[in-house]
Amino acid sequence: MPRVVVIGAGILGLATAYNLAKRGVKDVLVVDRAYLCGGASGRNGGGVRAQFSSETNIRLMRESIEICRDFATEMKINVWFRQGGYLFLTRTAARARDLEENVALQNRCGLPTRMLDPSELHRIVPELSSEGVRAASFNPGDGVVFPWPFIWGYARAAKDLGVTVRPFTEVVGFETRGGRVTGVRLRPTRLSPLDATDEVLPAGDPYTEACDDVVLCAGAWSPKIAALLGLALPNKPHRHEICSTEPLKPWLGPLVADLTDGLYFSQSMRGEIVGGVAVEPVPEGVNQQSSRRFLTTYARALVRAIPTMAGVRVLRQWAGCYDLTPDGSPIVGRVAEPSNLTLACGFMGHGFMMAPVMGRLLAEHVVTGQTSPLFARWGLDRFARGELEHENMIIG
Amino acid sequence: MTAKAMLCRCEDVTLDEVMEALDAGHHDIESVKRYTGFGTGWCQGKQCVLACARLLAQVTGRAPEMPITPRPPLHPVPLGVLASLGGDEEG
Repeated sequence: MPRVVVIGAGILGLATAYNLAKRGVKDVLVVDRAYLCGGASGRNGGGVRAQFSSETNIRLMRESIEICRDFATEMKINVWFRQGGYLFLTRTAARARDLEENVALQNRCGLPTRMLDPSELHRIVPELSSEGVRAASFNPGDGVVFPWPFIWGYARAAKDLGVTVRPFTEVVGFETRGGRVTGVRLRPTRLSPLDATDEVLPAGDPYTEACDDVVLCAGAWSPKIAALLGLALPNKPHRHEICSTEPLKPWLGPLVADLTDGLYFSQSMRGEIVGGVAVEPVPEGVNQQSSRRFLTTYARALVRAIPTMAGVRVLRQWAGCYDLTPDGSPIVGRVAEPSNLTLACGFMGHGFMMAPVMGRLLAEHVVTGQTSPLFARWGLDRFARGELEHENMIIG
Repeated sequence: MTAKAMLCRCEDVTLDEVMEALDAGHHDIESVKRYTGFGTGWCQGKQCVLACARLLAQVTGRAPEMPITPRPPLHPVPLGVLASLGGDEEG
């Protein structure tokens, strides 16, 4: 029976472990440098959408939304899933053309996305200021979830199938032989007291866990871990900030995303308005600290879009990291060397929503060793080949 | 305290819900926060974090941990006030 070590207990690592165990691979160890929900999986806005500009992303996300819809029934946990749609808007002519092309492609892929005229825009979100809006698109099937219970659902289901989930355990090295990883060097960690940097400190001696396969799902930490194997990844961490308001009675149907300034906001099932905005530049590397600049930029953008929000109070703000690739598509699949390493990173800020379907595909890839056309297209070697696949519907 | 005692009044998290998180193996305060949702409501933990930290210390036998990472702002602030601030500098 092969033994798989999954690095990263975010949603993708846990979904992969769960799907491996469902396919009979029971000896799976998932490690994480800190607590569950400590990385982007616990820090994202909970959006789940199929409105993308590439056919690959559209088709994958159609399937992922179906898994989200059935998740509560299958996993016996309430993930606060609500299909209020995604409303994309833009204030530039160039972006308006992109949006129209994307909607046509989405329709060919079977999505009911449509362009909205001003009266329909007003009907769906009456509070939205349409000043300067050039175009808007709407897919009623998109939605939002509360990310935390999603993580607990996968973790519990994986554990019930025999998977070991070990938080507060960081990777400090690898043992390799004959072009394969034979062991992962691990060290216990603890949180660094009273600093807000989310750093971890060593809390024990390193030890080795033997493995037959390694799956690297460490999000923004992936390049640093791959470097321990001498593997240079082109993805980079990029801080994104979010904030949440006091809970309000339900009034906002869709998640609204403005492709011009990167503003997005939605109302969670808890009633809070959760949202973010693009802020540049951001500090180098993995950084999960909050800035006042984000808060004022977001407040200005949101009050411009929804003037009645001016009186609503912000309860808290936090930050997490996007894991950005040069072409906007993820990096997945086995690499040439070490031959038993599978990458699953570079998800561009939509890794959470894509994990339900990607966890299944990754488990199949690890079990069968076969490379699907998707994994060939999204493989690390595409950068050497120069065959890149671009995605233009990235928020923030 | 009874099992229905309210530890987090903003998010309706009871003593037995926190105990269930501890029983499920969550022995650090950041995990307990994310498992139960305590400290994420109106007061942002100002009323409940001490009770949860104390419970954690009692159950695990370890010294009390640091509080959860504080999330700004310190008190709820209206968006309209934030929008009127400068604050373009980093920090």
